[in-house]
Amino acid sequence: MNANLRAVLLFALVFGLILLSGYERSWNVALGIINMGLISAIMALGVNMQWGYAGLFNVGVMGFVALGGLAAVLVGMPPVAEAWAAGGGRMLLALAVGAGTIAAAVLAWPRLPRGRMRALALAALLIAGFVVYRWLFDPAVEAIESVNPAGTGYLGGLGLPILLAWPVGGLLAAGAAWAIGKTALGLRSDYLAIATLGIAEIVIAVLKNEDWLSRGVKNVTGLPRPVPYEIDLQNSAAFVARMESWGFDPVSASSVTVKLGYAGLFLVVLLILIWLSQKALHSPWGRMMRAIRDNETAAGAMGKNVTRRHLQVFILGSAVCGIAGAMMTTLDGQLTPGTYQPLRFTFLVWVMVIVGGSGNNFGAVLGGFLIWYLWVEVEPRGRELMELVTSGMADGYWLKAHLLDSAAHMRLFTMGLILVLVLRFSPRGLIPER
Amino acid sequence: MDFLNALVALANFVLIPATAYGAQLALGALGVTLIYGILRFSNFAHGDTMAFGAMVTILVTWWLQGAGITAGPLPTALIALPVGIAGTALLLLAMDRSIYAFYRAKKAKPVVLVIVSMGVMFMLNGIVRFIIGPDNQRFADGERFIISARDFKTMTGLDEGLSLKTSQGITVVTAVIVVALLFWFLTHTRTGKSMRAYSDNEDLALLSGINPEKVVAITWIIVAALATVAGVLYGLDKSFKPFTYFQLLLPIFASAIVGGLGSPVGAIVGGFVIAFSEVTVTYAWKKIATYLLPDAWAPDSLVQLLSTDYKFAVSFVILVIVLLFRPTGIFAGKSV
Repeated sequence: MNANLRAVLLFALVFGLILLSGYERSWNVALGIINMGLISAIMALGVNMQWGYAGLFNVGVMGFVALGGLAAVLVGMPPVAEAWAAGGGRMLLALAVGAGTIAAAVLAWPRLPRGRMRALALAALLIAGFVVYRWLFDPAVEAIESVNPAGTGYLGGLGLPILLAWPVGGLLAAGAAWAIGKTALGLRSDYLAIATLGIAEIVIAVLKNEDWLSRGVKNVTGLPRPVPYEIDLQNSAAFVARMESWGFDPVSASSVTVKLGYAGLFLVVLLILIWLSQKALHSPWGRMMRAIRDNETAAGAMGKNVTRRHLQVFILGSAVCGIAGAMMTTLDGQLTPGTYQPLRFTFLVWVMVIVGGSGNNFGAVLGGFLIWYLWVEVEPRGRELMELVTSGMADGYWLKAHLLDSAAHMRLFTMGLILVLVLRFSPRGLIPER
Repeated sequence: MDFLNALVALANFVLIPATAYGAQLALGALGVTLIYGILRFSNFAHGDTMAFGAMVTILVTWWLQGAGITAGPLPTALIALPVGIAGTALLLLAMDRSIYAFYRAKKAKPVVLVIVSMGVMFMLNGIVRFIIGPDNQRFADGERFIISARDFKTMTGLDEGLSLKTSQGITVVTAVIVVALLFWFLTHTRTGKSMRAYSDNEDLALLSGINPEKVVAITWIIVAALATVAGVLYGLDKSFKPFTYFQLLLPIFASAIVGGLGSPVGAIVGGFVIAFSEVTVTYAWKKIATYLLPDAWAPDSLVQLLSTDYKFAVSFVILVIVLLFRPTGIFAGKSV
């Protein structure tokens, strides 16, 4: 079978499945799957750039996604003027001192003469910087967090249109990726994996605990939306009249309309990113990337700067994940740091890339939709399976209750099984790299 | 007197917890480092293997407790431990036969095996949550303390209490026994020597007639034992929650890498380095400073460098420092 035809058929199959679940349950559910599928596809594109093009092993996707979410808060939410007055300036100063200390240490290290004095001087510089930083930082935090802690208690954002948060999320993620890449790239591949795993946990810890920045586990809710609210649509006479003339129930039609609005925006982003990724993959740059991935030594001998190219593609891929993260937080309308789980946001994206076909952008996108569909669908199907299995057991029997309760955990096992089976029998994925 | 009080507080809040935690990390890191040395990949499923071993042990412990069998002052889990090890060993051997053996035969790149281990991690995670659920489970019984803080105060007349939990004592004793057995096995038995030979140079080992499948099988069994012991000790000392075990992956890998991947001694040293730095950096030093400094200098703040929520940051920073200045770890490990 022709490779293009196969790809088209697979996409048709996945969308058929999603439509089927919409037909069976409700269009709201199907559109929900499509929206998160679009976001998952963008995350998978980002990981595919790193793994598929360049063979970089990034298991910190969650961190970059969460940074994107933070960007949505920092850009979209209105600033809290009182908090800024209470400790905003001091906070900025503290952060500047912290960043300046680290920058000074990094710059000074190669310039100072080697020896024990250098280590001592650097340690003294870092300790002094840390003390000054904490002296500025702690009162600022206290002042900011004491401003209406139940309602705000944080600095707020810039109050700009939320769509701006998407590129900003990409930039934040790119900055973090630069810092990690500078230290861990050029070493062994496993080290990058552990370093990214660590930075992702740290990003989540910061979001959970720095209340002045992100309200921590108190969550930021009510982010502004790029699409109208359902309630406004329902109150608009024109909308109600039109939907009724088309024979739809205005209430469910309003939520479908909102979801369609998001889907349209996400689709535009996905199409732009796919177009750019395809251009990049088929340019001399893309060929160079794959050459480096397949044989670093040979590519290095041809005069390619392997570490720099790795850094470049690592930053690009992470930025794409950051964009997806900002989009996801926009869709949710809230930032809830407690819900970021590595299994869901890092390893599931990996399953998407591997199952879809690493190295192929369309494969990654297909994997994003398919795996997200399965992730949503396995839970009710698992429950049905368990009901079937336990139908012969008496009600109130402990095993029956246990099996029914535990059905939700089936999906982790299913995802692992899918990953292992695909790696075993079709290691190049559903739509292989050409 | 103040000095003694400060010393006791230091032991109570820093030295003892860090030693127990370090022993748990060292056992975990030994498993990671052995798999790395023999099978040559970073096993992301290790945290969940620990959770699986602990889960089997917990189930057997509950059964024993229900049957009225206990170990007196010691936790019942110690009796259940061999069953847990056997169950985990069976699981790992089955995983190896059905999953990893294929890639070994194909001589796949290590990074492919890492991704495969990611799939195994998902599956194990699902199995553990499916069987025992995602919640906290308590299974510690027996005496809670070897020395309780109050006894210590009446014994010595100091203001500060020193408490030594049974779980902490057992952790250190068990870890010492397990590590001694492991090193004796690696250096004094024929199988252990063949494992080291295989780790050092696979081709030469194969030429000398070492059976690779046997070496691999023995490795998985040892790893099962190490992971189960580490998992059970951690569960006794803190508590058992599947997600926590998954999160242990980072400090465990940090320990193994800081010590030097593939080096058993390094794994132990790395475990203690990570544990002690984590505990010292996240401990609030106010109490000790108040004892040691003159009253006028007593600090107002907690004198805590980082809040405990950032303990991952500590493993991470140490990892980065070691990677920057000594990429092969303290005890030069291998670098594939």
